[in-house]
Amino acid sequence: MLELKNISFKRDNKIILNNINLTLDDDKFYCITGPNGSGKSTLAKIIMGLIIPDSGSIIYNGIDITNLTVDERAKLGLGFAFQNPVTFKGLTVYDLLKIATGSEVGKKEACDILSKVGLCAKEYIDRELNNSLSGGELKRIEIASVIARCPSVSIFDEPEAGIDLWSFKYLTEIFKEIGLKKNGTTIVISHQERILSIADAIILLEAGQIKEAGNKDTMLNNILASDCLKGGTHE
Amino acid sequence: MNNQDKELLKEINDSFNEESESYNIRKNGKSIARKVNDYINIVTKEDKSGIDVYVKENTLFGIVHIPVIITESGLTDVVYNDFHIGKNANVIIFAGCGIHNDEHKDSEHDGIHRFYLESGAKVKYVEKHYGEGKGSGKKVLNPTTEIYMKDHSSMTMDSVQIKGVDDTVRITKAELEDNTTLEISEKIRTTGNETAKTEFNVNLNGENASVHVTSRSVAEGSSYQEFISNITGNTKCYAHVECDAIIKENGKVKAIPEIYAKNIDANLIHEAAIGKIAGEQLKKLMTLGLNESEAEEVIIKGFLK
Repeated sequence: MLELKNISFKRDNKIILNNINLTLDDDKFYCITGPNGSGKSTLAKIIMGLIIPDSGSIIYNGIDITNLTVDERAKLGLGFAFQNPVTFKGLTVYDLLKIATGSEVGKKEACDILSKVGLCAKEYIDRELNNSLSGGELKRIEIASVIARCPSVSIFDEPEAGIDLWSFKYLTEIFKEIGLKKNGTTIVISHQERILSIADAIILLEAGQIKEAGNKDTMLNNILASDCLKGGTHE
Repeated sequence: MNNQDKELLKEINDSFNEESESYNIRKNGKSIARKVNDYINIVTKEDKSGIDVYVKENTLFGIVHIPVIITESGLTDVVYNDFHIGKNANVIIFAGCGIHNDEHKDSEHDGIHRFYLESGAKVKYVEKHYGEGKGSGKKVLNPTTEIYMKDHSSMTMDSVQIKGVDDTVRITKAELEDNTTLEISEKIRTTGNETAKTEFNVNLNGENASVHVTSRSVAEGSSYQEFISNITGNTKCYAHVECDAIIKENGKVKAIPEIYAKNIDANLIHEAAIGKIAGEQLKKLMTLGLNESEAEEVIIKGFLK
């Protein structure tokens, strides 16, 4: 169980998150949604330790992880897929998957992980993680690097951002599969109705506060009726 | 060869063993072992220190090892090695120098290597430089490589200097005739107070000659590196020079690119990028469970792979 208690964060005198309290259960799929600037990505990064909140605490399975570093959180079982995947000169897809699994994973196993995100493993496994890969390819490799770790808490920051329609189709299939497995807590930051509809529960952020949270069916109807996702892009 | 010699050899060339088809091992300024065959001959120079390596025309998949090891502190070893590669011969040459210096005197190896490629010859040249030892004496390596390429010949040169060399000045010169291809890849890592200066002077003289230089380097501690490239396109030709450097701590890197097109059909490109490791790269690897210093090492090792 992951608990966020009184999380607040300000930047340049602007309140980004204002006293967030949230409890996320094991084996549930959560979508955090809301308009641009509502604080979704900041909240995701705070959970992973990529941003340190000004106040509040984060408790994971009874342990206070507020002051733990990113790698310490990763070792406890948290995983994070970046909105804009990072490129590396010299590191290959296989290198990244080996680091992600934390062991000398064989090529066949690494290929199986890549296949899960719809990439033809043979073509990609030895490719360098550089800009010769398209945005959609990098995104899927980013997601594969999180799946490879089998984290107990998987956080995906706007997985749909910057990818084409074909890749998006695969993406929803991947998240459907993750949702069905019920393997740990999944948190997806998204604007996309097709991803929201996979979730067990939806949390709606607005102006740095939780406006509403609840089960998918009720929330999705309310959100679609209020049009609050219109125009949503990156954050 | 004692065990220390064998270890040094392994550092600079782990594909070598005494079963290798042709080789010349030089230790502390003298040849200590040599093997030749019907296709590859190695002859000691009479006018100065060094060897001539002759590869017969049409040789297929020839392999020559010419490693140098220095274990004597205070020695300055200057060697002139010439490689004569016959028409359409195809050969891999493994060179390199390992210095072990436990004393306070400086040890230096200056290798002047000249390559003469006849028409259609293909050469892969692999060179690794390495220094070790507890002494305060410096380990200095100054390789000069000159490459003369006749029509339709091609050469790739991979040089690596990752560890333990205090000072180095590396000079590479090349003259390319028609339809020749030269690819150079250089990897350098300096730490502490080490300095490395590398200079490329390439003249593209023949039509459709092309050169591709890739330099990746990491400067850590208070080390200093300088990268100079000077490519001249005298005719219809192509050149691409990439210089990428990572700096850490007080490391300094200077890149001086010069490309000179003397013909309307010369197409010359130079790219240079110097900077510290991107914060996003560190963060990504930390989300995969590596701490900051482990993440840095993975990024640097990948970069220099």
